[in-house]
Amino acid sequence: MRIFDPHIHMTSRTTDDYQRMADSGVRAVVEPAFWLGQPRTGPGSFTDYFDSIIGWEPFRASQFGIRHHATIALNPKEANDPRCRPVLDLLPRYLAKDGVVAVGEIGYDSMTPAEDEAFAAQLALALDHELPALVHTPHRDKARGLQRSLDVVKESGIDPGRVALDHLNEVTVAAAKDAGVWLGFSIYPDTKMSPDRMVAILREYGPERVLVNSAADWGKSDPLLTVRTAEAMAKDGFSEDDVDRVLWRNPVEFYAQSGRLDLSDVTDTGATFAGNSILRGGS
Amino acid sequence: MTTLDDLRTTLAGNERLTEDLDRVREKPEAVGGLFPAAGRRYGREPLTDGWTTDEAARALLLAGSPTEEVLNAYRYGDTAEKLAVLKALPLLPIGDDGVPLLEDALRTNDTRLVAAALGPYADRLEPDAWRQAVLKCVFMGVPLAGVHRLHERADAPLKDMLRAFAAEREAAGREVPLDARNLLDETQEA
Repeated sequence: MRIFDPHIHMTSRTTDDYQRMADSGVRAVVEPAFWLGQPRTGPGSFTDYFDSIIGWEPFRASQFGIRHHATIALNPKEANDPRCRPVLDLLPRYLAKDGVVAVGEIGYDSMTPAEDEAFAAQLALALDHELPALVHTPHRDKARGLQRSLDVVKESGIDPGRVALDHLNEVTVAAAKDAGVWLGFSIYPDTKMSPDRMVAILREYGPERVLVNSAADWGKSDPLLTVRTAEAMAKDGFSEDDVDRVLWRNPVEFYAQSGRLDLSDVTDTGATFAGNSILRGGS
Repeated sequence: MTTLDDLRTTLAGNERLTEDLDRVREKPEAVGGLFPAAGRRYGREPLTDGWTTDEAARALLLAGSPTEEVLNAYRYGDTAEKLAVLKALPLLPIGDDGVPLLEDALRTNDTRLVAAALGPYADRLEPDAWRQAVLKCVFMGVPLAGVHRLHERADAPLKDMLRAFAAEREAAGREVPLDARNLLDETQEA
């Protein structure tokens, strides 16, 4: 079994986690830029963080045979702090990187005017840099937040097939699926989604455009819940091919739209995508 | 050693690069978007003398840029970009202005950056910093074979540091890397 975790904050995780992930079949991860537990107070704090998720963290991951890519953005919560917003001007430098495969996490936290502005501006950056977009949906007032996110995506002109809406659940999945975006689900120990609830959603809505992630970070979370979900799928009668599709080929297909996903040095991937073993552009 | 003119000759047929170098001449800040995209824009094929196309193209982009943009390319670079800046440093007309970049690379725990900081441009490092860098290589398992002018620069204080390092490793029942052992033997004879 090979696992691609399309959303995990490895900067908050230990080397023990990397070892357990590698031992369990996790071969590739994407680390989206987001908030840390402690609010930041300026652009320099962001750029050091961005440097870490495009520099030090891929190096750490490589020591365990795990391929690490990143997504870059000003997250919605900190978009509300005027001291942080100047980081928007520095984003183009980072969105040009080989290892950056999407703009994200963008979207809404509290649905403020400042969040509106940062969300729209960063969807425009995704278009400029020919990158997909990873959109965080709010944890509070979720259904309304989802609808508003879909409206902003539509207004931006970006192809919905290049957008993933994350942290979906039973209440929000249908509207997202109707809009034609990719469907991201975060599997958590107590909150968000569980492996069994995920399996039920896969039964009802099918495996097309579904992305399953652990979104593991500095809170109570578990980097192996992707693996537990794959096991729950198998137990429920999904084929090996379905499991591989959801836990590997779907995230590969989504992020390969960047033209920068490079899995050439990942072992045991066993297959190619669209006939290419090297997925980044120009190959 | 490979020169900028060698790289220019080798990449003369890369039309996209030629156009981009003209762009940078007119608008130096354009290098901020072009430098990270070098692999995607100009290719990654190996050239002669241990250079790849993207590394060589990056060196030429920097050669046409003011020092501030060279420093920014490193400051905002991912690891491959930082490695390309370090590799280009001895070819660039920037005097000692790149020394802080070596010092930054030597503060990291990324073995690739530490190794790349000890090329020909490391002649500009003060002896104390250079000795610490060599010892750090031994400590991290970075092969000493890549350290520029190692045998010429290895002096008595470095020998003392290596001897203390070896004693500490032996006391712990751990191996002393062979290249460090050889260097110690060699400097003891000198």
